[in-house]
Amino acid sequence: METIYLAIVLAPLLGAIVAGLFRNQIGRAGAHWAAILGVAASCLLSLYVLKLFIYDGQQAFNGSVYTWMVSDGIRFEIGFLIDKLTVMMMSVVTFVSLMVHIYTIGYMAHEEGYQRFFSYIALFTFSMLMLVMSNNFLQLFFGWEAVGLVSYLLIGFYFKKESAIFANMKAFLVNRVGDFGFILGIAAIAMYFNSLDYAEVFGRAPQLKDATIQIWGGTAWSLMTVVCILLFVGAMGKSAQVPLHVWLPDSMEGPTPISALIHAATMVTAGIFMVARMSPLYELSETALSFVLIIGATTAFFTGLIGIVQNDIKRVVAYSTLSQLGYMIAALGVSAYAAGLFHLMTHAFFKALLFLAAGSVIMGMHHDQDIRNMGGVRKYMPITWITALLGSLALIGFPGFSGFFSKDAIIGAIHHSQLFGAGYASVLVTAGVFVTALYSFRMFFLVFHGEGPRHFESHHDAHDEHGGAEAQEHHDVKDEPTPHESPWVVTLPLILLAIPSVVIGWMTIQPMLFGDWFAGVLTVLPEHDALGEVGKRYHGQIGFIQHGMLELPFWLAMGGLFVAWFIYMKKPALALEIRTRFDWLYHALDMKYWFDEVYQFVFAKGSRALGGMLSEAGDRFLIDGLIVNGSAKVVDTFAHRVRRLQTGYLYHYAIAMILGLLLLLSIFVIA
Amino acid sequence: MIALSDYLIVGAILFSLSVAGIFLNRKNLLILLMCVELMLLAVNMNFIAFSHFRGDLAGQIFVFFILTVAAAEAAIGLAILVVLFRNRRTIDVEELDTLKG
Amino acid sequence: MSYEKFIFYIFAALLVYSASMVIVRRNPVHSALFLVFAFFNSAVLWMLLEAEFLAITLVLVYVGAVMVLFLFVIMMLDIELAAIKAGFVRYMGVGALIALAMLVELAMVVGPAHFGLDKYAKPAATPANALPNTEAIGEQLYTVYLYPFEIAAVILLVGIVAAIGLTLRRRPEKKTQNITEQVRVKRADRVRLVKMDAER
Repeated sequence: METIYLAIVLAPLLGAIVAGLFRNQIGRAGAHWAAILGVAASCLLSLYVLKLFIYDGQQAFNGSVYTWMVSDGIRFEIGFLIDKLTVMMMSVVTFVSLMVHIYTIGYMAHEEGYQRFFSYIALFTFSMLMLVMSNNFLQLFFGWEAVGLVSYLLIGFYFKKESAIFANMKAFLVNRVGDFGFILGIAAIAMYFNSLDYAEVFGRAPQLKDATIQIWGGTAWSLMTVVCILLFVGAMGKSAQVPLHVWLPDSMEGPTPISALIHAATMVTAGIFMVARMSPLYELSETALSFVLIIGATTAFFTGLIGIVQNDIKRVVAYSTLSQLGYMIAALGVSAYAAGLFHLMTHAFFKALLFLAAGSVIMGMHHDQDIRNMGGVRKYMPITWITALLGSLALIGFPGFSGFFSKDAIIGAIHHSQLFGAGYASVLVTAGVFVTALYSFRMFFLVFHGEGPRHFESHHDAHDEHGGAEAQEHHDVKDEPTPHESPWVVTLPLILLAIPSVVIGWMTIQPMLFGDWFAGVLTVLPEHDALGEVGKRYHGQIGFIQHGMLELPFWLAMGGLFVAWFIYMKKPALALEIRTRFDWLYHALDMKYWFDEVYQFVFAKGSRALGGMLSEAGDRFLIDGLIVNGSAKVVDTFAHRVRRLQTGYLYHYAIAMILGLLLLLSIFVIA
Repeated sequence: MIALSDYLIVGAILFSLSVAGIFLNRKNLLILLMCVELMLLAVNMNFIAFSHFRGDLAGQIFVFFILTVAAAEAAIGLAILVVLFRNRRTIDVEELDTLKG
Repeated sequence: MSYEKFIFYIFAALLVYSASMVIVRRNPVHSALFLVFAFFNSAVLWMLLEAEFLAITLVLVYVGAVMVLFLFVIMMLDIELAAIKAGFVRYMGVGALIALAMLVELAMVVGPAHFGLDKYAKPAATPANALPNTEAIGEQLYTVYLYPFEIAAVILLVGIVAAIGLTLRRRPEKKTQNITEQVRVKRADRVRLVKMDAER
């Protein structure tokens, strides 16, 4: 069994090494075969392990593979913890990753750096598997940083493009803020639990429930709250929660396949996975849970609003991702870890699907990403159209689709929670459903329906400043062929992803949410068990759907769908009117609540000013001026004086010796 | 009887005279060398006096080694002096200031 | 005044006199000769201290070898006597002062207060059957101090080599045979065969 687990992790790494280091020897086809074979092997083995867990009652595995070092009783090792949570994550990650690999063959067909790209995404799969399969905090941190690194490399994949460089630097720096909190949390765990192993830490957690620490001053802080919030700061960075969400929309500078894989389906869910994994710790601190809940709900609603005004197709999906991540985080906040993970899984499928569909449209539109230049694509790209429709329905939570089950479970759990902030969160996530439906179908209608692609009409509107930045090239439109359906390597993943997007919720809601799939993996205290309240009224999928259709969220979703249809299909002029009427709101959304501007001004300018000051006062004056040149100058001056002592005359030296002798003798005699 | 201090004071006088010699003959390298020999003689005097009065032969052995080293030193010192004179045509210490900083 | 004391004072006085002559004489030859005289006097004092071997060695090695070397060098070098003593009077004061200060301090250290007869009594006379001084030193040198002794020998050797190495020089005008070159010479170096038409 251990061999299989090792093979799952190492196969993508092998693929990455072969595709990356021998790229010139094996060529483009060789690179994608190497990477795809590695990931496919990993995926098949993961599914095999999943089957063992589902049908054969496979027991969880927890063991270390290699001990790096032992320091002061703390073991630093590489080890695997394979339980049902891990298996679920492994299957999702490797499946989505495999789909994206195949899709990439089509999407990147004419790009430079083809081998490099495959090497990176295979490396990403390896890193993500290391993260989810870890049984200790050290390896978790390794995986955490490794996915961050690959994300950085891939956002900056077009490293000759200035905006891509800016975006990957921004992603890296914002993640640094989160990771700083994360590593502080790990350090606090190592300090107070004296171990980095999950099992040991969780075992000791109840004893330290009421422990307090003093960070500064005399204030006593609950240890659990501090640790959990610090770890969550890491999750905020990785899972792009307010206020560390600013990097995710910019990361759309990377090629679309990695937007699907990393910035929608898998890596950004690392934070959700981590918090769920740490559920025995989070359960002990209601303060931390409230914090998580409020951050999550805020992100879910307000980033969704921004999605309504975006015109870049990928950015709309990116803000949708932010919003859905907010839902998952909010679910974690009310201890509905299973619901959060369930939504993570369904979201991975339909968001990957939506991104890949968006990529397919972008290919058809010759890399014009502005949705105002699209329209009527349905008749040219039928497969993309139907898969995108299924993905959008899943996203808004249309009854029966996977997103419906997961999102309704989350909203229900938040509704039943007694936690501080649950009322606020409940309102936001419920309203968020309307927003989700509105932006999803705004995009869907603008892209696939209405007048034929405006991009191909003889003149299209001058882009405004946002659309213009993303639409990179303006071809001479007359020479371009009309859009056509993408090749099979692109449509095959779309279809394969559309299937789970539709059915996975129906299939797995019973075991995952209300069954015993996560028994023994997630810890939920009875007084926090909001999901259990939802479960009391659960009587099969049909009953859940029937019940859901009577609830407010369903009608909000339908309302959002209808409003989108009415505004963008029926009366396009209305959109303009609403925009002028609520100009201030539009402006706030368009500027993304000025987060970027504030960060730019406070942190970027501030640190530049601080750096300038330190460089002037500290480096130039103190270090260069005083310490380096100053000491040299002192030595120089001193030497200039002292060199006069070196007359070169022998008798001067002799006299000096004699005088010294006399002095010593005097000391000897007198003392 | 002659006390140990008498010998030691003779040694001290010899040493002081050679120190004065280094002061006075600051131009003549040869005499400087001779003064060094004189200093060594004063030191040797002390060693032998102590050796005698303490009944310890080690002092005399030490003098023996000092004589050896002094002979070698004199030979090399004079050789350097000869080379120096050959090159500079003088042994005036005041003109030997190439080491001046 | 005992005989021994008489000898000590006479020769100590001569020693001090000759030492002062070494430093005040204008002519280096005189200085060297007075230094020889000083060595003789101290040899007598060493005899009084029953260090016969070292007394003889001092005369033989120092007077016979080192001082002869000094004299040899002095006479070999062409030294201007007038220039060499210039400034003598100028430094007389300060030199005498420092020497006097040093003498007073040394005397305070080694004077009768610390090293008088009451502190260090005259050692008992050497018994007649005891080892002679020379033999005693020899035995010590070749047993306890064997390594230092051999190192001293090496130092002397190095001294010889250094002295020769320093003073050896090749005069460019010197004409001698170069034996190695002569032995290694080949026919081609000396004889050149030239083909030419017969002269008519």
